[in-house]
Amino acid sequence: MSLLDHRANDDLASLEAGLDALESNERKTLPRWRRWLAATWPPLVAVALLVVVWQLVYNAGVLPAYRLPSPSDVLASLRDQWQAGTLQQATWNSVRRGGLGFLASLAIGTPLGLLVGRVRSVRRAIGPILSGLQSLPSVAWVPAAILWFGLSDATIYFVVLMGAVPSIANGMVSGLDQVPPLYLRVGRVLGARGLASARHVLLPAALPGYVGGLRQGWAFSWRSLMAAELIARSPDLGLGVGQLLDQSRQLQDFPGVLAGILTILVIGIAIELCLFAPIERRVLRRRGLVAATS
Amino acid sequence: MTVLEDQGTVTTTAPAVTLRGVTKRFGQGPNILDDVSLDVAEGEFLCLLGASGCGKSTLLSLVAGLDRPTTGTVEVPGGRAALMFQEPALFPWLTASQNVELALRLRGVGKKERRERAQELLTLVRLKDAGGKRVHELSGGMRQRVAMARALAQDSHVLLMDEPFAALDAITRDVLHDELVHLRQSQKLTVLFVTHNVREAVRLGDRVVLLSSRPGRVVKEYEVKIGQPRRIESPEVAQLSMTVTDELRAEIRRHGGQS
Repeated sequence: MSLLDHRANDDLASLEAGLDALESNERKTLPRWRRWLAATWPPLVAVALLVVVWQLVYNAGVLPAYRLPSPSDVLASLRDQWQAGTLQQATWNSVRRGGLGFLASLAIGTPLGLLVGRVRSVRRAIGPILSGLQSLPSVAWVPAAILWFGLSDATIYFVVLMGAVPSIANGMVSGLDQVPPLYLRVGRVLGARGLASARHVLLPAALPGYVGGLRQGWAFSWRSLMAAELIARSPDLGLGVGQLLDQSRQLQDFPGVLAGILTILVIGIAIELCLFAPIERRVLRRRGLVAATS
Repeated sequence: MTVLEDQGTVTTTAPAVTLRGVTKRFGQGPNILDDVSLDVAEGEFLCLLGASGCGKSTLLSLVAGLDRPTTGTVEVPGGRAALMFQEPALFPWLTASQNVELALRLRGVGKKERRERAQELLTLVRLKDAGGKRVHELSGGMRQRVAMARALAQDSHVLLMDEPFAALDAITRDVLHDELVHLRQSQKLTVLFVTHNVREAVRLGDRVVLLSSRPGRVVKEYEVKIGQPRRIESPEVAQLSMTVTDELRAEIRRHGGQS
């Protein structure tokens, strides 16, 4: 390179550096704890308000106390269940069932979704059934499952699978459908064929839709599990949160009923918030699909 | 400046890309490309110019091996050609550097070497410090430079470019023109560059080939005998652009039925 070329090269380098600096926005992000605080206090305030309203209604005596217990009654019921150990036991049983059922749904739903998403004949054949199944409340399977499997774990897992598999499979399908054809072309230009193309291009590109499907799949697993536990009760089955709730109903223990509902809600939210929301946020943020502050 | 009426060019080196009597149609449709014969010499910068419907992108797909001609032959003696699109089409789940590394990985390059080579290539396109950035953190011009580094990672001396700067703003495009000319010289690339921008073609190319539309045929060739570095504003570039534009317009008018 001649001296002149070197100078031209330096000019170009500084020009590009300037353009790059002008066009990239350095985002200012708040510290992590500030973001966490900003996201946390509004729902906490809302819950606190709800409890206050509840207490006021209770104090006003609109309904008799056995029809509407006070917040502290429910809290006391939760404490009793905790001290008796039934709450922990039921929570563990239900979470274990929900988790196992979800993992099994994952193992079935993922390949099923790949098949439906990538093989045209399979898609024509079972695509509509799969979307249809998604709108069928899985509690409808409980009577059939009881007749097939009796009051056993198999009944519970069957209902969970029927709830979660369509969601996960459909998530995979929509993820695959959203893959821009240009990515696949680029992959081919770079020499990705067959499995390499699936591994390096197709599957990573389909990930956001798939993760959305997983999140929904978990919600459906949990709902189906509770439906199954509320209906299928037997001493042979370990005590789950649903069974605990139904037990309270039979004992006319209203604080216990509300405590049960609360437990189901809190577990569902906790797993969603601690597991699925961070995974989804991470996937989307890496791709620039959500603002870093949200 | 010479205007060659026929399709042949006198070259001393072996062509890097050869098309012979290439015709392409999809299914029973009309011909997209009709009897196109073209040689791109080793180290040449050839611009393909044409209005909509001239089959420019189809032609590049054929050279890239993404598609096959209906009749005729396409040869790239050096093996695969690298291809760049109008969109950078970087993978958003990877960092800039990982995007470049993927191209190397798919060629079977080992992990350590991959990392070093990717860093070299990013340095070459002046993005030494941007390797860890995600695609959405890069500006349009930076993305297209990463795409350039990725194309270079294919280690092919033939680079096909499908309107790679069409979506960029004018200032960035101008800078990337300089960058491309510089890279082409330092990396000894053969470039087949498709555009519908006459000035861009004249600014960049050693030769400009004008294609007709529907079907795409080679209409005319212009040898650009203006030394590099050129500027898009220079009177020489403007003058040849005028000649080419007139011819292009004449070609477009034929489709209006009032010629």
